Amino acid sequence: MPFTLSPATEFDVDVEDTSYLDDRKDAPERWVLNLGPQHPATHTTLRVVLELDGERVSRATPHIGYLHSGFEKLGEHHDWNQYVCTISRMDYISPIVNDIAWHTAVETLFDIDCTPRCKSIRTILCELGRIQNHLLCVGAAALDLGGITSFIYGFNEREFVYDILDFVSGQRFHPDYTRVGGLKNDLPCEETFKTMVKDFIHKRLPKAVGDLETMLNRNRIFIDRLQGVGVMTKEEAIDWGLSGPLARASGVRRDLRKDRPYLCYADNWDGQGAPAVEFDVPIATTGDCYARYLVRIEEIKQSVRIIEQLIDTIPGGSVNASPEGKGTLPEKGQVYGSIEATIQQFELVMHNRGFDAPIGEAYGSIEGPNGELGYYLVGDGDRTPWRVSVRPPCFFNFSAFAKMLEGHQLADFVAVLGSLNIIAAELDR
Amino acid sequence: MTNAAEYPARVREAFPEAKLSVQSFRDRTVLVVEPADLHDILQHLKDHQGFEFLVDVTAVDYDGYPTPQPGRFGVLWILRNFDAEADLVVKTHVDPSMPTDGIEEDPALVLKSSCDLWNAAEWREREVFDMFGIRFTDHPDMRRILTWKDFPGHPLRKDYPLRGRGEREQYKVVTRDEVL
Repeated sequence: MPFTLSPATEFDVDVEDTSYLDDRKDAPERWVLNLGPQHPATHTTLRVVLELDGERVSRATPHIGYLHSGFEKLGEHHDWNQYVCTISRMDYISPIVNDIAWHTAVETLFDIDCTPRCKSIRTILCELGRIQNHLLCVGAAALDLGGITSFIYGFNEREFVYDILDFVSGQRFHPDYTRVGGLKNDLPCEETFKTMVKDFIHKRLPKAVGDLETMLNRNRIFIDRLQGVGVMTKEEAIDWGLSGPLARASGVRRDLRKDRPYLCYADNWDGQGAPAVEFDVPIATTGDCYARYLVRIEEIKQSVRIIEQLIDTIPGGSVNASPEGKGTLPEKGQVYGSIEATIQQFELVMHNRGFDAPIGEAYGSIEGPNGELGYYLVGDGDRTPWRVSVRPPCFFNFSAFAKMLEGHQLADFVAVLGSLNIIAAELDR
Repeated sequence: MTNAAEYPARVREAFPEAKLSVQSFRDRTVLVVEPADLHDILQHLKDHQGFEFLVDVTAVDYDGYPTPQPGRFGVLWILRNFDAEADLVVKTHVDPSMPTDGIEEDPALVLKSSCDLWNAAEWREREVFDMFGIRFTDHPDMRRILTWKDFPGHPLRKDYPLRGRGEREQYKVVTRDEVL
């Protein structure tokens, strides 16, 4: 007897406490299906206990925490620069955005304003991260529904973003590129960086996005699987704390880049009256999985628009805002060659040195690819944070998953999950 | 970003008897309230002051913090008013009545849940319970969320060591024979 589902009277789902299913025991024709934590369509380790009425999901109970690795506890023992290496492992689909979000929050706590050059580079990388994330999400959403070609179309182009990150930071996947008030290093070669980015946004990306759109936008199977599935109304989206593309697909007109401008999204970002970058915020009103797909595709195009405005006019000067450059490690060559750099290196590396935080609390957030990515920081006047609290967008998006799924067919599970772009490493931290 | 500085005064107007205090740091206003008034004030802010969006619910353990705090655990709600573009942090403090290195239910560490106001609070409150051992009454599903059911500690408390207390080494291994 291969593959026998337990009938509803036997609730031996797992070691978890399942008392919440007790009142359903007498319902006829109910089956419990344990989906995950290991399942190809759950992307990473997500587990959902589904109560099925035939093919229909009558209740879904997500169990998360399989990837919990104590990131917040670890943050209390790492200093303000060190912790960026942990942060970038949260949403590993667009790690550079995590780096920037973390240091945006830290700079809110320290009250540091970055240099124009740093802001410009960070904004470009932030948008590259957004493209990187959306390409995977859109492709993977199609992959889960059987369209493996679109996945390859999107995934292929992400490699070129990795190349750019590899070039600027020396690390391909987890760049760990930002530092308090600046960047780890300046661009190794500005011309090469510009050429790489322009090649990507002008030559590679338009074709990939065009291919994706040709393949999916009017694809009957794709539309039938997504339209009207996993609908969240505007009120529900606000109530459940959704943000980012999910909220905008439900008609919530929110984008932190417009509402709380930071970096180059703010007017006068270079201190000499430079206008904010121009872009549109795509909104859909249907709130279903198809609307989320369309919003993401449009955001890729808007990101390209933002990069085009910045790439030719990266301001000169330093990338490091901290007084006399004491916030970031000096270049290795200087460490061996000059006494000042040697002192600075040791000041930052030694355990009893470094720089101290103010005693106070701050919340800083940016518009990440999946929504509002924020950090609530408590500083205790020491070189490590007293408390790091992450506001992971995935956590809020996934908490509404059961609500979106109820009443749908079992096969819609993968359609809804694909449209949420859940990253379990960020969800569980 | 607009400062939310005018909202504490409005709350004071609506709750003349409540004991309130206001902290301000880097343009961010923190309204510190008593646990008993918490739910009413949150409801007032949501229904009458336009704070329709719950950004986050989280907690902080102030055990050993350099400046004195009203209580050991601070639990905070970050609220957002879309129209006024203002963020307000509502914070309350609770003090444990028994040693905090175990997982016994502490009657002093209980707050009223805000799940009836925002569905977004449901999982975040579960996480606060999981990580700090602060329970929420009237919560629809007060279980641990990130660690497992029998986890013998609340990891983000300051008296919980970074490397744990050997949970990984002592974790009960369940064999197939035992299950069947």
